[in-house]
Amino acid sequence: MAAGAPMGAGTTSDIYKGDAARLMMPTWLIIGIFLLAPVIMMGVYSFLTKEFRGGVVWEFSFAAYDQFFFDRGLFGDDPPTLEWTYIGIFWRSIWQAGLATIMCLLIGFPTAWFIATRDPKSRSIWLFLITIPYWVNLLIRTVSMKFLIRDTGPLNEFLLAAGVIDTPLGLINTDFAVQLGLFYSYLPFMVLPIYAAVERYDFALSEAASDLYAGTWTILRLVIFPVVKPGIIAGCILVFVPSLGAFLAPDLLGGAKTFMIGSLIEEQFKGSAGNWPFGAAAAMILLTLVLVILLIYARAQNKVEDR
Amino acid sequence: MKKLLASTALIFVGLTGAAQAEGKLSIYHWFEYIPQELLDKFSQEYDVEVTMDTFDSNEALLASLKAGKLGSYDVAVPGDYMVKIMKDEGMLDTFAPSDLSNFNNIEEKWLDVGFDPGRGSSIPYQWGSTSFAVNKDVYSGKPDSLALIFDPPAELKGKINVLDTAGETLTLASLYLGIPQCTSDREQLKELNALVQKAKADWASFGSDVAKDVLVSGDAAAGMIWSGFSAKARQEGANIEYVFPKEGMIVWMDNVVLLKDAPNRENALKFMNFLLEPENAAAVTNYAQYSAGVKGVQEFLAPEVANSPESNPPADVKAEFVQACTEDVQVLYDAVWTNLKK
Repeated sequence: MAAGAPMGAGTTSDIYKGDAARLMMPTWLIIGIFLLAPVIMMGVYSFLTKEFRGGVVWEFSFAAYDQFFFDRGLFGDDPPTLEWTYIGIFWRSIWQAGLATIMCLLIGFPTAWFIATRDPKSRSIWLFLITIPYWVNLLIRTVSMKFLIRDTGPLNEFLLAAGVIDTPLGLINTDFAVQLGLFYSYLPFMVLPIYAAVERYDFALSEAASDLYAGTWTILRLVIFPVVKPGIIAGCILVFVPSLGAFLAPDLLGGAKTFMIGSLIEEQFKGSAGNWPFGAAAAMILLTLVLVILLIYARAQNKVEDR
Repeated sequence: MKKLLASTALIFVGLTGAAQAEGKLSIYHWFEYIPQELLDKFSQEYDVEVTMDTFDSNEALLASLKAGKLGSYDVAVPGDYMVKIMKDEGMLDTFAPSDLSNFNNIEEKWLDVGFDPGRGSSIPYQWGSTSFAVNKDVYSGKPDSLALIFDPPAELKGKINVLDTAGETLTLASLYLGIPQCTSDREQLKELNALVQKAKADWASFGSDVAKDVLVSGDAAAGMIWSGFSAKARQEGANIEYVFPKEGMIVWMDNVVLLKDAPNRENALKFMNFLLEPENAAAVTNYAQYSAGVKGVQEFLAPEVANSPESNPPADVKAEFVQACTEDVQVLYDAVWTNLKK
């Protein structure tokens, strides 16, 4: 693009007119190979008949979705009622991911604000410090967190030695530990987009609002919030979506006592269940959920732009 | 420039080295189960380039092979019931006893096994047991029953780790209840379901690959574990006793199998023969701390391995292999497991 385009020969669209299809090729290839093909395959598999111990038989079947939504008892011959097992697993995952998102927002917003209001030179240092831990593999960080908070770990040893507590806190293998793990794993995904939004904010607007007798709360709500809102929404999505499918934190910090969406799907492929269509169906339902969330985001974005 | 030259030279050496080697061998193995020195020894002795991938459960091995990996590995190391499943699925190739000059080193009791009668596709790798270990600082009684896991006393409640695989955990639960494996009897299955549901409240965590670490760190005071892992945990400082429960325990054998469509069949057979050499089988045992199933290993074993309490169960202990259930029954066990973790 740097060389060769004759300047003044026409508008940009004229220059690239004949090349449009060719220039789109990489995009279509990437979308096709890495997005459409796997999703279509997943969709097709979810409607096939399962083969015992993994694999599929190429016969159309609703069995996977039926298993997800209908309960026929342990032996499969009770009259069908609504199956709460998998909805419960999904709900728990959504709840965990939602809570992690709120925690990240509560801590991430002030952090991003703090960084964005430093002088430009030290901003990059603060950002650098925020990202450093994330150069380490997620698995290592999760295991480290486990070592820190377990009953025989440094946190409890310190509190015991200091006489603050008599017995270990018992943090490990709890939902709290899972929350902590998710929060720690995805915090920068909240900080960075909010930082980008706050950085663009013109603080003269605050001053102007203040001159017009707006209180602190009113400024935050009516002046600042609309400007940084896209950053907040982007941050929430970037935290919520990976938290929803997370299985490292529930496994290592939560003790794997209950299935999360991620571990439920893994069990269908790597566990004794070996039910590929069901795993694919669960993944499709998860994908649909995530898509709905993204659509809501897109609509919120459009509303912002319409103003 | 110097660096570039050096790396080019390295690539060149690598390429020609690979070309010069007699051939390749691709192994699909459990994690942490074979000493690297032994692979190096085989590699040098036979001039074969060895590559190895690992899995963490029999089911993961099967899933990976089913998903299209069959044909890229030469040998794998499935457990007893999985050998039968893979054989039934047509994933194994066969060999004649005469193909392996060390075939007669296999201990008699491991020759004609139910999961591979006559050993047409497999050789013994290691065998051991699955039971549980209990921390002697926390529990002072004489541990002799699976009740410590499934109906634990107050001091163990909330400090128990169980294996995160349906096969092992539900089989031990069945042994505790005295009901047969792969039962389709409704009352027995309901009983099994009720037992694990109730016991779960007393369990701290589900984990297989962490089974040893939680005992060493003290996160768990009792935990289901494989015999060799228990021995390793003891050596790493855990004050634990491996229990031979009166209700029975699981016995298992991992086996080296010749995979169908193995790209390097000849080297696979060389490797299997190599592993039946007493010195080499002993090297695996010294590392993994299970038992070899090969004659003549005794003189090569480290004394602490040969005499470990885990590898020397009392003669009267009841031990069962995990069975491969039929599809209609397996569905029921899967439902119990999902119900447990929902």
